[in-house]
Amino acid sequence: MIEMNLEVNGREENWQVEPGETLLEALRRYHFKGPKLVCGTGDCCACTVVVGTKSVCSCCLPALKADGQKVVTVEGLAEEGVLHPLQAAFIETAASQCGFCTPGFLMRSYSFLKNRNPAVLPTEVEVRKALAGNICRCTGYVKPVEAVLKTARVMQEKAREQNG
Amino acid sequence: MDNLTLEQDQATSEGPFAVFGTSAGRVDGRGLVTGAPVYTVDYEMPGMLHARILRSPHPHARVLLVDPAQALALKGVHKVLWWKDLPQVPHTTSGVPHPEPAPYDTCALNSTVRYKGEPVALIAAESEALADQALKLVRVEYEVLPAVFEISEAVKPGAPQLHTQVEIIPGFKTIYDPAHNIAAHGEYEFGDVEAAFSAADLVIERHYETPTMCHCALEPHASLAFLDAYDRLNVVTSTQVPFHVRRQLARALDLPLRRIRITKPRVGGGFGGKQEMVLEPLAAALALATRRPVRLVLPRNEEFSASRVRHAASITMRAGITRDGKITALEMRASTNTGAYASHADTVAHAIGHKTLGLYRAQAYRYIGDAVYTNRPVAGAFRGYGATQGYFALESFIDELAWQIKLDPLEFRRRNHTEKGGFDPMDYHPGLNGLEPGRSITSCALPECLEQGAKLIGWGVPRPVDKGPVKRGLGMAICMQGSGVAKMELGGATLKLNDDGSFNLLTGATDIGQGSDTVLSQIAAEVLGISLENIILASADTDLTVMDYGAYASSTTYITGMGVKRAAEDARRQILAVAAEMCETDPASLSIKQNEIWGPFGKTGLTVSDVAIETLYGRHRTQIVGKGDATSKESPPPFYAQFVEVAVDTETGLVQLLRSVNVLDLGRAVNPALASGQVEGAVTMGFGYALTEELRFDDQGTVRNAGFVDYKVFSPLDMPEMQTVLVEDPDPTGPFGLKSAGEVGINGPAPAIANAIFNATGLRLRSLPMTPGKVLEGLENLTGPAPDAPA
Repeated sequence: MIEMNLEVNGREENWQVEPGETLLEALRRYHFKGPKLVCGTGDCCACTVVVGTKSVCSCCLPALKADGQKVVTVEGLAEEGVLHPLQAAFIETAASQCGFCTPGFLMRSYSFLKNRNPAVLPTEVEVRKALAGNICRCTGYVKPVEAVLKTARVMQEKAREQNG
Repeated sequence: MDNLTLEQDQATSEGPFAVFGTSAGRVDGRGLVTGAPVYTVDYEMPGMLHARILRSPHPHARVLLVDPAQALALKGVHKVLWWKDLPQVPHTTSGVPHPEPAPYDTCALNSTVRYKGEPVALIAAESEALADQALKLVRVEYEVLPAVFEISEAVKPGAPQLHTQVEIIPGFKTIYDPAHNIAAHGEYEFGDVEAAFSAADLVIERHYETPTMCHCALEPHASLAFLDAYDRLNVVTSTQVPFHVRRQLARALDLPLRRIRITKPRVGGGFGGKQEMVLEPLAAALALATRRPVRLVLPRNEEFSASRVRHAASITMRAGITRDGKITALEMRASTNTGAYASHADTVAHAIGHKTLGLYRAQAYRYIGDAVYTNRPVAGAFRGYGATQGYFALESFIDELAWQIKLDPLEFRRRNHTEKGGFDPMDYHPGLNGLEPGRSITSCALPECLEQGAKLIGWGVPRPVDKGPVKRGLGMAICMQGSGVAKMELGGATLKLNDDGSFNLLTGATDIGQGSDTVLSQIAAEVLGISLENIILASADTDLTVMDYGAYASSTTYITGMGVKRAAEDARRQILAVAAEMCETDPASLSIKQNEIWGPFGKTGLTVSDVAIETLYGRHRTQIVGKGDATSKESPPPFYAQFVEVAVDTETGLVQLLRSVNVLDLGRAVNPALASGQVEGAVTMGFGYALTEELRFDDQGTVRNAGFVDYKVFSPLDMPEMQTVLVEDPDPTGPFGLKSAGEVGINGPAPAIANAIFNATGLRLRSLPMTPGKVLEGLENLTGPAPDAPA
């Protein structure tokens, strides 16, 4: 076992991990059950979390690579019980069916929106490209894409209010 | 349904509605978007062990000996079980009601394994990694047997025989012809078939092939089994059919049914793959043997290679038609590859014809279906349940018939499709006086579906000729499904009134992502006149909820919805009786709106909560519980029209989907957003079935593409522009006039895309998936010019 320190969803964590353990395995072992193991090969993105500023497939990242980093999982999106606009949009547009891919869709979309200028709305094609690696077997992607576009509009509005 | 209940159902089905018909967000939405630990794979218990399955490296072999000594010597490995350790009780794993129309041809672990990947031994260890390590240390002695993989080979004399005849139990099916590996067989005729063929101007025959398809639910199969303080076996499991699993598990492990509790937590997609007992007996056997909680989760590659698949099918269509575009006779012969065990073989083999041919009016019909054992993974239920294979053949064939007599395929369908009134000719059953009609066509908005779809896609609008290598084309298909199976279903609920006017809705129905928890809550809230937040739902726990057959055959909203509606009516009647006493008035003059009791002149001042307090703490001292269940005499088909536009690159063979118009007649939508989501998802699966998805094997029965890289499902970038239209034409039998929505959409894309490729290039592909290789090969062999645009 190797000791590592990181921040998960704003809280300091001190973990003991196996040398070959993936970030996903470690997160789930430390009770962050949001990220899901589906393929284990980086081909479906259900395990997506944000490390630093980038979204990654946590099933393929050695846990030790996150040593000293800030990690955000789906459990960290809501603040004090108040849903992130993205989460609200997923509920409003019925973008989750079985929900197993939802944490991955949310984290990929969260990172996509966070890393762009909120004043400029993404096009549908841009959203689809951002989500290109995320597999969903239930929705046909119509409603998840709609949810991200809807969130972008909400964030644009918020940014406008903040900038006066 | 008797007349009395029919009247009641209609009396409460008139709008306007407060909750029914709105796209209320999912009742479970918050948990799903916050990453709440709600799935079987998220459950952990103190002392829990992890299990793995040792799988056969041979497609057909006797398991002579399993020696676990070396594996058990590893610290942290608790148990290794093989077939000699488990009850050898034959059963079926198909999640359908008793008596299952399936031969009892499998045991929890079999002494003869019949496909590469069949479970041979079970291992429980302190961690998954340890269990994986132990797998390599178990020594197995096999006697390898000859294997057979293709339908055409398996039925030949001298082919390896997979099964001997099962014990005959009255009321249950046996293997149809074990000597020729035919697991199940169905023959059906309606009308004078030969006379109908004689009456035709043209008799046309074509052959179609469909592939093995994987469900790819993102949540893998998973079961957590443990013994509770009462020494009862609890299984928390990702299933569509908790009550069928309880019955079958009792049989498979030779336990009294009363000792078993099945709980379905959140399920991460099923699509038929979980309408089956897959892991439950294995996890349970380990829990019983170790007396520790045991969790068994299928790794993704085993999901592909050793869970369940859609039957590959080989289908021959034959029809007689007249020059003026009428069908006289319709015939279908289908053979399916059911793999190593029968499971859903019999029902799927029948469904291929029975769910499809009745879409068209003809003088006579004939259907012959076989399901054939091979040393391939087990085929089971899959969204569409045989209809998907059948409609690829039927709707490609209908297109071919139309072109044969130079009639617009849309017009040909208009002239021949079924309509409201009368019975489904493919749904007559043997009765006391010969065949008796099964389901009737109680509603049908196909004409409107066709009109709306044609308009949106631009059917018949002159199109520019594509001069380059990329050719565009339009295609269409129509189809239907059921709403449950007529006379075969049971579902229901209880509603318990709480102090604050809220209700516990306890239903056996199984939400697997389709949204039944939400729509059933909406139905209850609507009938009770209360807000959606006052429904507290718990579903699918065999100890707590009433019997429900589970999530399959597009049945839940129609059947269980009817049961929930009756339970709510029962509870409402009790509430109004008490309220009437409290107001000293006639209960018939009272109603409930927005959680309050209303009289003929407006609000009475009483709320539902006041009535609850009166019953629980006042003079009455009684607990109001509404109960309702439902079966169905009917199975009204939802009707569906699929239109697509494709672009075929004649240089690369790549077929790109440009647009998809999906039009569904679903009677009425309880929740339009969830209903359209069902269509969009089903259609997207259909795209994969049409163009990319096929589980491939080598000549030794090894799966070649057990992962998302090589087994290609549609991604966000592969999607066409999609429009979904819900046509509401209330069905007289459904609760609030609704029919089903979950499956029918998957049947449309494959034939519509095949028809569009033909329209674009003149190439008729009769084998799925329609890969670039098949397109290129077909184009090279093509003679003659592309056909004119339709209409």
